[in-house]
Amino acid sequence: MTDTTATTFTTEANLAHVRPTREAARRAFVALLLRDLTVLRKELGMFLTRTIMQPFLLLFVFTYVFPKIGQGIGGGGRASEGFSTLLTAGVIGSAMIFQGIQAVALPMVQDFGFTREIEDRVLAPLPIWAVAFEKVAAGAIQAMLAALVVFPLALFVPATAVHLTVRPLYLVTLLPLGALMSASLGLAIGTRVEPRQVSLIFSLLVIPMTFLGCVYYPWANLEPIKWLKIGVLVNPLVYLNEGLRLSLTTGIPHMHAVAIYLVIIGFTAVLLRAGIKGFKKRVLT
Amino acid sequence: MIRTVALTKRYPGPPAGPPGGWGGGPSRAAGSNGAAAVAVDQLDLEVRGGEIFGLLGPNGAGKTTTIGMLTTRVIPTAGEAWVAGIDVVAEPARAKQLIGVVTQTNTLDRSLTVYENLFFHGRYFGMSGHDAKAEANRLLEQFRLGEKAKTDVNALSGGMAQRLMVARSIMHKPAVLFLDEPTAGLDPQSRLSLWATVQELNALGQTILLTTHYMEEADQLCGRVAIMDHGKILALDTPSGLKRSVDADTVVTVAADRDSAQLASVFGALDGVTKTDPIPEGVVVHVRGGRGILPRILQAAEAAGIEVNDLSVAEPTLETVFISLTGKELRD
Repeated sequence: MTDTTATTFTTEANLAHVRPTREAARRAFVALLLRDLTVLRKELGMFLTRTIMQPFLLLFVFTYVFPKIGQGIGGGGRASEGFSTLLTAGVIGSAMIFQGIQAVALPMVQDFGFTREIEDRVLAPLPIWAVAFEKVAAGAIQAMLAALVVFPLALFVPATAVHLTVRPLYLVTLLPLGALMSASLGLAIGTRVEPRQVSLIFSLLVIPMTFLGCVYYPWANLEPIKWLKIGVLVNPLVYLNEGLRLSLTTGIPHMHAVAIYLVIIGFTAVLLRAGIKGFKKRVLT
Repeated sequence: MIRTVALTKRYPGPPAGPPGGWGGGPSRAAGSNGAAAVAVDQLDLEVRGGEIFGLLGPNGAGKTTTIGMLTTRVIPTAGEAWVAGIDVVAEPARAKQLIGVVTQTNTLDRSLTVYENLFFHGRYFGMSGHDAKAEANRLLEQFRLGEKAKTDVNALSGGMAQRLMVARSIMHKPAVLFLDEPTAGLDPQSRLSLWATVQELNALGQTILLTTHYMEEADQLCGRVAIMDHGKILALDTPSGLKRSVDADTVVTVAADRDSAQLASVFGALDGVTKTDPIPEGVVVHVRGGRGILPRILQAAEAAGIEVNDLSVAEPTLETVFISLTGKELRD
């Protein structure tokens, strides 16, 4: 240390720059978000890779390879057109849920497990719940970006035409809501899982959620398997996918709009609450 | 600048302990017997503006938990605490504006560069982009990290990482800087360099509360030192005042393979010996104006048939004070 012309640390000087709590918290929140976006920009390649691979392969096999070789789902012709249209909503919805887990839950598990970096951000001048909510906000932004990235894939990868009818009002409201729900799920998971259980997140949560999340079929078509039709209702991804089908397609059955909105908002509220509670528990003693 | 009244933290047993950065040491050590652990017990503390105040004590004394409570991370079971006049329990978000913290663990943001760690910290505390940039660059120079500005923080040595943590903690010009065991795990050179930094910050008026279990550190740096054990303050004074409180000008540590109590009775009877403190290796003999004490100790030992393994003579240190207060050594 050579620079002794530095600001002195008198009490008056310190107290002079104390901002009203709300103003300080607002600035801290924005700065935390800025930090997360900076990290996202630095790791954009990784973000794109983890976002694109799974939906790309899914679309490639089911909507390009299958129709070409005349196998499986629909076998070809109109049926496979219907399937690639149906799948559009499904791949976007699952990409969003994936992102909620990858952008929020996985870093947080690491953080609480080994790095403890979060301890510094918890000392930023905002309430603890706001530190947690910032993580959700950043995760939601990434989930929406994921939706944007996957959308063209769903349009152009299938060998057969995809018929979309966009309902903008539904789309611009359900995308952010769904993104918030995904990130809230990430927070709830991230604050509860130990590092050694990370692989279980995928085998016990992500995979069942996507396979049973009305990605490959509309919910109404589960009618012949009544117990499953009722069982999958606990899966938040079902509502997101139904909502995306409502926003993007016609002719495919979907749940009632009101039900979709209410349940997505309800899930978001419950998961966010659980996540913030878990977060507080992890950082405060 | 800091005031606590009957500040208490009790961890329900078996204690979960504070998370990593907050030591884990205190509660785990104190609660290893399984009972509810009182990490900090009715602490009354007053730290004045502009001083370096030290909490000296062994692992598990409650130092880290005390810092945890003062920095809003540990919620007190009872009692009150103010930092720069703000009630840290009632208004944690407001109090956080005024505190800077260096935790025991490395909490640098590993996704960011050295420069970005400072820059974003400034932004968290409300600085404009322009101000944060200027201040980050100034601190990088001040802490001799200028060349590392664009480096990944994972590539820093322990000493450099610690310097960056300190730089980051003063980025927002806190009213009080908390340093929790700041030199634990540092090499001797980095330790001296950090001591110099701490002294220079203090010379500029920075109020600092630090915890340490190194008596030299408390002695060298601190204007006042509180000796802490089992969550309580046992003595509080300037380092020299504490040392004067030991009624001795010479301290002889005798290591021998005998029961400490027996050693104490043998040497306690010698002329000029004011006090004896048993320690695991033997006994610490406090002497005032005792001429030729060493030969007399050896004679007494021989007369009693005690084989002396080691003998060391020193002036009273904070360690002496600690031993005479607790009967334990600091490193225990």
